[in-house]
Amino acid sequence: MTTFLRIYLLALFGFVFLPIVVSLLFSFNSDRFPTLPMSGFTTIWYETIFADPDFWRAARNSLIVSSCTAVIATFLGFCTAYTDYRYTFRGKSLFLAIILLPPTIPLIIIALAMLAWFAPVGMSGQVWSIIAAHTVLTAPFAMAIIRLRLNQIDESLEAAAWNLGASEWRAMREVILPFTRPAILSSLFLTAAVSFDEFTVAWFVSGLNKTLPVHVLEIVQGTIDPQVNAIGTLVFGISITLVVISQLLIFFRLQREAA
Amino acid sequence: MTEPLVTFERVEKRFDDFVAVKGATLDIGAGEFVAIMGPSGCGKTTTLRMLAGLDAPTSGTIRIAGQVMNDVPAHERDTPMVWQSLALFPFLNARENVEFGLKMRGVGVSERRQRAMTWLDRMEIAEFAERNVETLSGGQRQRVALARALVTEPKLLLLDEPLSALDAHLVIRMQSVLSRLQRELGITFVYVTHSQSEAFAMADRVVIMSQGEIAQVGTPREVYRAPRSRFVAEFVGRNNILPGEVVASHQGMVSVQTPLGTFNVQGDAAPGTSASIVVAADMMQVGGGENRLTATVISEEFVGSMVTAFLEASDGTELKVQVQERALADLGLETGREVSLGWNTADGHLLVDETP
Repeated sequence: MTTFLRIYLLALFGFVFLPIVVSLLFSFNSDRFPTLPMSGFTTIWYETIFADPDFWRAARNSLIVSSCTAVIATFLGFCTAYTDYRYTFRGKSLFLAIILLPPTIPLIIIALAMLAWFAPVGMSGQVWSIIAAHTVLTAPFAMAIIRLRLNQIDESLEAAAWNLGASEWRAMREVILPFTRPAILSSLFLTAAVSFDEFTVAWFVSGLNKTLPVHVLEIVQGTIDPQVNAIGTLVFGISITLVVISQLLIFFRLQREAA
Repeated sequence: MTEPLVTFERVEKRFDDFVAVKGATLDIGAGEFVAIMGPSGCGKTTTLRMLAGLDAPTSGTIRIAGQVMNDVPAHERDTPMVWQSLALFPFLNARENVEFGLKMRGVGVSERRQRAMTWLDRMEIAEFAERNVETLSGGQRQRVALARALVTEPKLLLLDEPLSALDAHLVIRMQSVLSRLQRELGITFVYVTHSQSEAFAMADRVVIMSQGEIAQVGTPREVYRAPRSRFVAEFVGRNNILPGEVVASHQGMVSVQTPLGTFNVQGDAAPGTSASIVVAADMMQVGGGENRLTATVISEEFVGSMVTAFLEASDGTELKVQVQERALADLGLETGREVSLGWNTADGHLLVDETP
């Protein structure tokens, strides 16, 4: 059984990562067409994209969008997670259902809805319209990560801070924030990664302010160009780094607590 | 008692339909060690939380040092608490935990560090000052929690079952630490516990609560020897309760007829009243006493040098006798044997049933 599971796991990872590895390999291949055997090593595709002002514009947009999204989504996620942890009120389950709804809606529907909503109010095609859309998409992830952390808190901890002379805001700063810090950092990295990668919604609402994934699509639509492999490799590299940092933050925290 | 430090005046606390504390009236003197005890859900913790300002009374008045506290928020009181879970801040080391209350009061860095170290030293854990609290043992964490609560030099310390997470041998050690600390500091301790032995070992007075009401207040001796209700008599344990009916009353002495016989007891009650006779297990004698009955030994329970023997009378009433372990064999308290039990009339206690 374990042998079977091992093979299954290998196959699974193979299907997920092989295309990415192939893309990485061909980003260094001197031939324009992705055929085997590879013709020779080159960094020309990277040089091409680094020389392209469109790439830099898209990269800058992606960076702004993902970092702003991460901060806003994590802030909102923290607020909702804390509200859920601390308070009970009428309609709380409805409140939570609405907050956690976005990931269950197909991206294309959200994208169309965003466009339909942004266009008439004149918010379409701006960098911050992508930020707004991505915040809606990623805030539920932030909420989930931080809520999980708050699950582990000893409920007396906050009351102990009040008892020792901390006002509610002070207790939030001195106890709740330090306690949830690993989750907050983890959420920042994860939401940044999701936003950095996200294509569908960005494509609909970005207009002329393309992000990197949108830029990639536009190249692909024109020609077969190994630049795409190079950009893809860079985007993947950044995203996976963010996700890995996010996971490590959770993992080390759990390990330290288990010790 | 001079001016009491804490007064409860007809204090009531409701959570929606549930009444956690009903009409509690109680004075606690300055420098007194008071234990509030009772089974879980009796309202003892709610009473403590109201003192700390973590729950607000629904009605009635709570005063501390003469000042009405009902609407004073928790962080503006000086009523530190030692929590059942200890509630140490896991992201701070031992010294930083102790400094917390001083930091909140705006005490400068060097002064609060020095005061925290003084307390850690006093609690004999100065060497662990820079250690993460999660790496400390249960007893050490307990001492950090105490130092953290006492560092602001309060007049009133609240303790919510602080020893419930410790091993039995540590409980005994911490009891003597707490008793000594309370005597040396001369401040008021309000100690909530479900454990009779903890309460009796340390407290000047105990408050016994049942279903939100104060059932009895008194010294451990008073509560033990003269329970005012059947609930108290059962709760303090090690009591034999013989229910019956008063059949005669004469000059401060009544006769109570029970299924096991008619016995005399000091007290005053009209004939026809339903009442019980309470005899503490350590007042029961084997083969002696002015009031006698017979019972069969069921089992024995060792508590160090003392043994509690459990017996069953002819009608199924469970009886307890506490004797010295070394006297056990001489008394013939062997499982399955029928023995004669008795007690002197002066050692019995009359309990008149409350009218329902």
